[in-house]
Amino acid sequence: MYLNEFLLLAAFLFCTGIYGVLARRNGVLVLMSVELILNAVNINLVAFGAFRHTVAGQIFALFVIAVAAAEVGVGLAIVLLIYRNKRSIDLSEIDALKG
Amino acid sequence: MLRNAWLFPLIPAVSFWIILFFGKKLPKKGSEVGIAALLACWVLAAISAVQWVRLPHSKEHLREPVERHLFNWFSNGKVHIRFGIHVDGLTIMMLVVVTTISLLVHIYSTSYMEGDRRFTYYYAALSLFTASMLLLVVSDNLLQLLVGWELVGLCSFMLIGHWWEEKDNSNAALKAFFTTRTGDVGLMIGIIILFFAAGQTFDIARINELALNHGISHSLVLWGAFGLFCGVIGKSAQFPLHTWLPDAMAGPTPVSALIHAATMVVAGVYLVARTYGVFYSGFSMQVGGVNLVAIIGGITVIIAAALAFVQSDIKKVLAYSTISQLGYMVMALGVGAWTAGIFHLFTHAFFKGLLFLGAGSVSHAVHSFDMKKDMGGLKKWMPQTHTTFVIGSLALAGIFPLAGFWSKDEILLGASKNGYPLFLAVGIVGAFMTAAYMTRCVYLTFYGEFRGHGHPHESPKAITVPLWILTVLSIGAGWLSIGQTFSKWTANETFEFINTKVRTIEHPFNIGLAAGSTVVAVLGILIAGLYYWRNIGPREVRNPAAKAGYRLLVNKYYLDDLYTGVIVGGISGPIARAAYWINQNVIDGVVNGVGVATRAVGRFTYNVIDQKGVDGLVNGAGFSAEEGGSILRTIQTGRVQQYAAVMFGAAFVFAVVLYLNVT
Repeated sequence: MYLNEFLLLAAFLFCTGIYGVLARRNGVLVLMSVELILNAVNINLVAFGAFRHTVAGQIFALFVIAVAAAEVGVGLAIVLLIYRNKRSIDLSEIDALKG
Repeated sequence: MLRNAWLFPLIPAVSFWIILFFGKKLPKKGSEVGIAALLACWVLAAISAVQWVRLPHSKEHLREPVERHLFNWFSNGKVHIRFGIHVDGLTIMMLVVVTTISLLVHIYSTSYMEGDRRFTYYYAALSLFTASMLLLVVSDNLLQLLVGWELVGLCSFMLIGHWWEEKDNSNAALKAFFTTRTGDVGLMIGIIILFFAAGQTFDIARINELALNHGISHSLVLWGAFGLFCGVIGKSAQFPLHTWLPDAMAGPTPVSALIHAATMVVAGVYLVARTYGVFYSGFSMQVGGVNLVAIIGGITVIIAAALAFVQSDIKKVLAYSTISQLGYMVMALGVGAWTAGIFHLFTHAFFKGLLFLGAGSVSHAVHSFDMKKDMGGLKKWMPQTHTTFVIGSLALAGIFPLAGFWSKDEILLGASKNGYPLFLAVGIVGAFMTAAYMTRCVYLTFYGEFRGHGHPHESPKAITVPLWILTVLSIGAGWLSIGQTFSKWTANETFEFINTKVRTIEHPFNIGLAAGSTVVAVLGILIAGLYYWRNIGPREVRNPAAKAGYRLLVNKYYLDDLYTGVIVGGISGPIARAAYWINQNVIDGVVNGVGVATRAVGRFTYNVIDQKGVDGLVNGAGFSAEEGGSILRTIQTGRVQQYAAVMFGAAFVFAVVLYLNVT
């Protein structure tokens, strides 16, 4: 097993996440894509940690998972409220912050 | 006690503040504080005198002066200005005189000033005066002495103008202040010259020593002495600045006794005596020639005595008499009779204080000072005042064995032994005139018909007791001359040097001269007595020369006219005109110019700076913010994915840059 196989997997996941965040219009799918990005990062952290024989990578990964869970909780709550107000979760229609 | 002589100025100074702040609330309006303070000072002075006399002394009767530096007043580089005390025989003598007279005047004033609207203030000023005078007396350097000197001048001003509601009184106070200040300019210049000449020190003992040992060039000492003497002329009312002293009689009579007879006016004489080395060396007294000090003293003796004949105000007679006697003291110092000069200061303080307080007692009874209009025949109603006043007059006239006899005799003796026949003659003529004008004064006040109104009465005890005490002193003070006691007690290291040359201290009592001067004085009394009691002599002045002389005297030699009319008028007139011209043309020009310029600047500021600059900036800021905002708002689409695209794009750019830098 080589490190670069993990990195390639992570890069693939990251790119998929970026695509999802930038291209999908559904708010829930964008949040899921954000999760993909975070998991790509987690894979990298664990892979580098294993490669260097330290547990620091795994600990970081655990932190990221915890923070991601909180983030999804907040994100889904926001999406829910937006849906209640606008009867839509299409991000292209949400531009209340337009200057 | 000698080492703690700083207590002398301190006690009345403390009493001054107490009277000032709490005096009005006290049961006796502050007078008790002043009297208590002076009593303490007097006791301390008596103790000091006894201690001084008991100090071990050499066979020339020299005692080591007690010197003590108390603290550094201020320092400038290497120059340290110190507060210190210097106690020797001269200091002790002055301490005794000042505290005695001041104490008696304090007691006397409780009755004399009773019910005065500024009673408390009066006592505060008396305390301040006493403190300043004692500070002057104990100081060991010229700067500290100057502080005391100016403070007594200030107190004199305050007390002469005590009843300032009357314009004459406040004018007299101003005149006294300005006239003495005229001399003080010279004094300050003299002190500055001596300060630099003596190697930047104000120390009196050191300056004396340097001046006597030719440590300072003669011309510098001469100018220093001349400067100091200007101060003496002003303060001790010598010709030609004597004109303020008669006017100073506008103050309350006890003040005249204390300040303008016994203490402040002798500060000048004290200064000469204290810095005698400077005068001796500066005016070349060792040569024995006629010098400025003796000349001024001599002129003052005669002109003031002549003026005393034409006064109708009893206090003015005494004022001119004081000037004349101060002239004696200055003349004595001028002819090298140091001990005689200060001995006359000592005795004169008592009998002149007595005469002034006697005059105050008379005026207390008849409510006037005018001998010709409101007095006469008072012997019947005021026997105590009469007796004491006559004794004081005899002491002043120099009748054996009263105080004035001894001191005047010493002066005449000094003048004759030191080779000054001219000043011996001046002294004898002065003695004759003194005896005559005092006889006239006594006659006009106590004998003949009473010319006033109402029934005068003898003064209360607070007035008569000080009179009797001073009478005793006027009789006895002169006896210190017997056996050279006084000169032994006041013998001084610095003046020992002089004494070995002029040998003042060695003069034995000269029976011929003493008899001569007494005969002259008796003659003066007799002639004046015959003129007044027996009506012998011309009643009306017919001789034109005599008439002119009389007019000259009544007009005080036209000196006042000279000062106020010619000098003050001549100087102040052009100065006023010049000031007016400058005011109109220069100052108004400047003011108007400033106004116009200000207006122009204001307009410029409004039009250019305010309207264009400041407003431009403010508007510009707002405008640019608005423009910038409207440009930038296009970026803020509010679309989350666009923001994310920018964010990831930026992250990508950073990643590329990082990658390129690492490899």
